[in-house]
Amino acid sequence: MFLPLLVVKNAFRHKLRTVLTLAGIVVAITAFGLLRTIVDAWYAGANASSSARLVTRSSVSLVFPLPLTYAPKIRQVEGVRSVSWASWFGGVYVSERNFFPQFAIDAPTYLDMYPEFVLSPAERKAFLTDRKGAVVGRKLAEQYGWKVGDQIPLRGTIYTGTWTFNLRGIYDGAEKGTDQSTMYFHWDLLNETVKKLYPRRGDQTGVFVVQLRDPAQAAEVSAAIDSMFRNSLAETLTETEKAFQLSFVAMTETILLAIQAVSFVVILIIMAVMANTMAMTVRERGSEYATLKALGFSDGFVGGLIFAESIGIALLGGLAGIALTVPIANAFREQMGTLFPIFFVSDETMLMQTGAAALVGVVAAAFPAWRTARLRIIDGLRAVA
Amino acid sequence: MTIPFSYILRNVASRRLTTALTAGGMALVVYVFATVLMLAAGLEQTLVATGQDDNVVVIRRAAQTEIQSGVDRRQAGIVESLADIAVGGDGQKLISKEPVVLINLPKRNSNKPSNVVIRGVTPTGLVLRPQVRLVDGRMFRPGTAEVIAGRAIASGFQGAGVGETLRFASRDWTVVGVFDAGRTGFDSEIWGDAEQMLQAFRRLGFSALIFRLADTGRFDAVKSEIESDPRLTLEAKRETRFYADQSELLSKFISYLGTTISVIFSIGAVIGAMITMYASVASRTAEIGTLRALGFPRTAILTAFLVEALVLGLIGGVVGLLAASFMQAISISTTNFQTFAELAFSFTLTPRIVAASLAFALAMGFVGGFLPAARAARMKIVDALRAA
Repeated sequence: MFLPLLVVKNAFRHKLRTVLTLAGIVVAITAFGLLRTIVDAWYAGANASSSARLVTRSSVSLVFPLPLTYAPKIRQVEGVRSVSWASWFGGVYVSERNFFPQFAIDAPTYLDMYPEFVLSPAERKAFLTDRKGAVVGRKLAEQYGWKVGDQIPLRGTIYTGTWTFNLRGIYDGAEKGTDQSTMYFHWDLLNETVKKLYPRRGDQTGVFVVQLRDPAQAAEVSAAIDSMFRNSLAETLTETEKAFQLSFVAMTETILLAIQAVSFVVILIIMAVMANTMAMTVRERGSEYATLKALGFSDGFVGGLIFAESIGIALLGGLAGIALTVPIANAFREQMGTLFPIFFVSDETMLMQTGAAALVGVVAAAFPAWRTARLRIIDGLRAVA
Repeated sequence: MTIPFSYILRNVASRRLTTALTAGGMALVVYVFATVLMLAAGLEQTLVATGQDDNVVVIRRAAQTEIQSGVDRRQAGIVESLADIAVGGDGQKLISKEPVVLINLPKRNSNKPSNVVIRGVTPTGLVLRPQVRLVDGRMFRPGTAEVIAGRAIASGFQGAGVGETLRFASRDWTVVGVFDAGRTGFDSEIWGDAEQMLQAFRRLGFSALIFRLADTGRFDAVKSEIESDPRLTLEAKRETRFYADQSELLSKFISYLGTTISVIFSIGAVIGAMITMYASVASRTAEIGTLRALGFPRTAILTAFLVEALVLGLIGGVVGLLAASFMQAISISTTNFQTFAELAFSFTLTPRIVAASLAFALAMGFVGGFLPAARAARMKIVDALRAA
C-alpha cells in the first residue's frame, strides 16, 4: 500500500509541471491517433469492398472506355453471377471546391449487386422509373441540404454541358464502413446524350462490375475474362474490387507514408518533453534517492520508483488522449463532410496509442533511472537540490 | 538597466540535457513545419516552371486538364489560322496539336501501377518547349513506334529506360531516349510522334493545342477571339497559368494539412519550453532576488527570461531548419489529384520558408517563456531572497 502512494505523491509533488506534462502527452497521443485515423480513412474504400465482386477496366488505363458489347460476353464466363457497368462522370456542382464522385450506372443490375446501399422500395422504384433520376448517399445529401425531389445541376468536365438530375432517393450504408458520399444516375441517359453529341463515343462504359458465384473463384474468373479480350482493340484488366480500390490508394502512397512518418515525429517530440520532465525531477530528488539507498533499498528498487512514476504519468495522459480522440474524430468528420466519407477510430489505433504512451514513459525514465542507479550515496547526500 | 546577454546565454548552457531536450522538441516541430512547406513550394515551382509565359494552351471549355479535353481537327484548323501565332524560322506557324492520354505503368521499386502522361508531339512542340533537351539516347523518328521518356519516368517506371520497350495501345514502343526538362512537369511524361499516337489510341481529335504568341501582350485579344468564336467550344490560357492551376489543389492540401499538424505539434513543444523555463525560474529564485536587490527593474527580469526562452526557440529553429534543408536532396513522385497523373517534384527551400520557420520557432519560445518570465518578474525581493 505504501509503494503506490509514494509514487503518486512523488508524481504530483510539482503539480504545475506534472499537469503541463500530462497536457503535452494528451495533445501528442490525440494527434497521433487522428493522423493514424486519416491514414485508415484512405484505405477505407478498399476495406469496405466485397470479395465477391470483380472490376474489369481497360488494360491501358482508366481513361480508356470499354465497349458495352463486352457485357453479354462476360456474363457467359463460368462462375459469373451477374454483370453491371459504371462510368465516371466528373461533374462539378456549382464550384470546383465541391468535389464528390458521380457515377453513371446501369441501375437495375448495379443496385442488386450492392446490397450495402440501403434504399427504401418506394425511392428505388422512383429512381428506376425516372430517366433523369439520381440517388445520393446520406452524408452527401446532408452536406448540401438536398431533399428528395430537388434538382441537382452538374457542369460536365468530360461530357460538356450542364446536366440536371432529379433527386429520387437518398441511400444509407448498411455498415459503418459503407461510402455514403457518392451520387449515382442512369448510364442510359449519359449514353443517349453522348450518342447525339459524339456518335463514335456511344455504347461505351468505364468499368464493368462482375458479381461472382463463389468468391474463391476470383482468380480463375479474372483470368478467363482477360484472356477472352486479349489482342482485341480494347484489352481488359480484371481484378478484385479491393485490388482496384487499392490501386488508387497506391497512387498517393507517398503522401500516406509522409503522414505516417509525421505521426511518429509527434511521439518523438513528446518523448523529449517527458524525458526533460523526468530528468529535472530526478535531479532535484538526488538526496532523497541517496537516502533510500542508504537505508538499504536496492538500486533496482529506486529505478523501479522512477519507472513507475514516468510510465504512470505517460499512461494517464495516454488514456485521456484516447478518450479525446473519438469526439475530435467525430467533429472532424462533420467538418470535412464528404472528403473523408469514412472516418472512425479503429481498435488498432487505440492499441497503438496505448503502446506509444507506454513507450514514452519507459524511454523518458531510462536515462534518469540509470544515472540514479549509478549514483554514489555519498554524492547524492551531499547534493543540494 | 538591462541584464547582460552573456548571463542569459550561460543560463541556457548550464543545464545541457534539459536545453538539448527542450530545443530538440522544438527542432522536430520546425522540421515538420519546414519540410511540409518545402514540399508545397516544390510542387508549385515545378508546375509554374513547366509553362512559358508567351505560350498559350487551348483546351475544350470546362475541361480543366488536357486529359479531359478534346479538340477536333476542324476546330484545330480554325485556331491555327489565327493571325497572332508566331512564325518559326522555317516559315511554319509555331503551333503544336497534341494528343495527351494516360497509361498505367508499374513503378520500378514497388511494382505498383500509376498513371503516366503520354504526349504526342511534333517538331514544333519541341521548339515551343526550349527547356527540354535529350540527356541520353536520341530523338524518336517521326512515323515510327519510338518514344522518349522524361527523366523522372525513365528512372521510376518499369520499361521506361533507354533500350527498353513499353506495351500500350496493342503495340510495343521502344524507348530511344531520355529527356531532361529542367525539373518541370514534362519530366514526368512520355513523348512520341503525335500522328502515331492518334492512330494507336484511335483518336480522331487532339487533346490540346499549344501555340506561341507573336506578341505576348496580345494574349487578352487572342483569348477573347477564341472564346467568342461560335464555331469553337474552346478556352485559352497562358501556359504558365494553366500549369500553375494544376498545382493548386495538391499544394493547398499539403500546406493546410502540414500547417495544422505543425500547430498541434507545437503545443507539445511549447509545453516543453514552459516546463523548462518554470524550472529555470524556480532554481534561480535567490538569484532573481539578488538581481532585483541590486537595482535591476522588473522589466529587466522579464526580458532576461523571455530572451532565454527565445534563445531556446532559436536553437530549435536553426537545428530543425538545418535538418529540413537536407531534404532538398530528395525527390518525391506522387499522383496529382487534379490531373490524375504521376508528377515528380522535390523539396524546395525558399527564403520565405526560412523566415516563416524561424518566426514559428521564436513564437514557440515566446509563448512557452512568457508565463514563467512573468512569474519571475512578479517575485517580491524579500520572498525571493528568503528562499535561498
